[in-house]
Amino acid sequence: MSPETLELVTDSLWPIVRGAVTGTIPLALVSFALGLVIALVVALMRLSKRRWLSAPARAYISVVRGTPLLVQLFVIFYGLPSIGLVIDPWPSAVVAFSVNVGGYAAEVIRAAILSVPKGQWEAAHMVGMPHAVALRRIILPQAARVSVPPLSNTFISLVKDTSLASLILVTELFREAQQIAAFSQEFMVLYLEAAAVYWVICLVLSAAQGRLEQRLDRYVAR
Amino acid sequence: MSPADHDVLEPPGGHGPPGGTGEPVLVVEGLGKSFGDHTVLRSVDLRVRRGQVLAIIGPSGSGKTTALRCLNGLERPDAGRVLVGSDVAVDFSRGASRTQLAALRDSSAMVFQHYNLFPHKTVLENVLEGPVVVQRRPREEVTAEALELLGRVGLAEKRDVYPFELSGGQQQRVGIVRALALRPTLLLFDEPTSALDPELVGDVLGLIKELADEGWTMVIVTHELQFAREVAHEVAFIDGGTVVERGHPDQVLRDPREERTRQFVQRLLHPF
Ligand SMILES: Nc1ncnc2c1ncn2[C@@H]1O[C@H](COP(=O)(O)OP(=O)(O)O)[C@@H](O)[C@H]1O
Ligand SMILES: [Mg+2]
Repeated sequence: MSPETLELVTDSLWPIVRGAVTGTIPLALVSFALGLVIALVVALMRLSKRRWLSAPARAYISVVRGTPLLVQLFVIFYGLPSIGLVIDPWPSAVVAFSVNVGGYAAEVIRAAILSVPKGQWEAAHMVGMPHAVALRRIILPQAARVSVPPLSNTFISLVKDTSLASLILVTELFREAQQIAAFSQEFMVLYLEAAAVYWVICLVLSAAQGRLEQRLDRYVAR
Repeated sequence: MSPADHDVLEPPGGHGPPGGTGEPVLVVEGLGKSFGDHTVLRSVDLRVRRGQVLAIIGPSGSGKTTALRCLNGLERPDAGRVLVGSDVAVDFSRGASRTQLAALRDSSAMVFQHYNLFPHKTVLENVLEGPVVVQRRPREEVTAEALELLGRVGLAEKRDVYPFELSGGQQQRVGIVRALALRPTLLLFDEPTSALDPELVGDVLGLIKELADEGWTMVIVTHELQFAREVAHEVAFIDGGTVVERGHPDQVLRDPREERTRQFVQRLLHPF
């Protein structure tokens, strides 16, 4: 590596990391948290015996999973203004990503809830718990354990997908790299550098996932 | 009686008279339940006096579990009346409200065939969940009571252990303690030993017999005929969704009136 390249790498590292810290990471965290709330509601609606609850949930999941994330993002940021709804880049990205996570995670949570044996519902009801209490105290904690690995995948995908927000002018990791690359014309170096930073973030997340799984596994035989 | 001087080992309402000649604690009339067009219970009548033990026997799929679940309000029957104690009376033919179903559930406690302990909670937490979270009784009081009960079944040292670390017999004893801690009027057992290794069956049956001797009112679905003869005051044979025969254990198990009962008992006594 030539000294000039090395200098470019070190000089650009700070703006890229700043993009990660102020853009990518908060965007992913906020969208994931909101997405999980949406997902839990949608999963419970989807599990309901009442069709007026389950049908909309089914439709929501189908639309979210059946359309590209980039298109969802563009509809919100470039599409909605034409019907008079203008949303800033950051909120647009949050809306698009949470709606998207909501659709995918809903199916994960639904499957996790269904994976809890029926006997657990019965025992919870037997000790007198109403449905909502049984869900919160008995079913969801057990569902959480099985849903950590697939939800971690969803989160890691989300972290990488936030790079799409650069296309609706959100200042985040990849947009910083793009701008420096355009200026310095060192595309290979900058894009590899961006890739490396994404990779490091995901390594940290995988480690956190392992710790969380261990914690939640303390009550099962291995 | 104040909660403080309520003896935890004592059934609510005190001991039943020996032989169970007290007032009826459970009355079931014309209980019916279908799943779609599959009728599981046609018309089941049962009656258990205070301090009495009723053993229910019957072939697999005859609706024994469904009947117990109906008594515990886990299943909503389509027809029939269920009375527990003096204050719970539900007429399912008229449609039961959610409140009535909850009252029915509160008056009895069930011990499951597969224990159904909460795997993410310790032994003590399993026992406290109902009395503390649902019944909102003071945690210290319930804890003391739970530890006494656990001590009695030989599991006091296991209080902070998770269910997966226990043997099947230990898990079922926790299941029984969990039910007792709810202070039910009526205890329901659904084949409490049929998932256990043979050498662990004795402990659990012994515990249930002790509870019977103390005067708990119980309904026990079981295939252990010898146990039923020793412990039960009455045996009911269920087949095809109705009580085919009921009576004194010696009569039903040794000298059944009905041919179907005789065949069933013979098959249990001489499986091959
Ligand atoms: N939730 C349910 N939905 C449909 N059929 C059921 C349900 N629960 C039980 N059954 C049916 O009811 C019948 C009686 O079951 P069960 O009460 O478990 O019998 P037992 O405990 O005597 O073996 C069986 O044929 C079973 O398949
Ligand atoms: Mg059964």
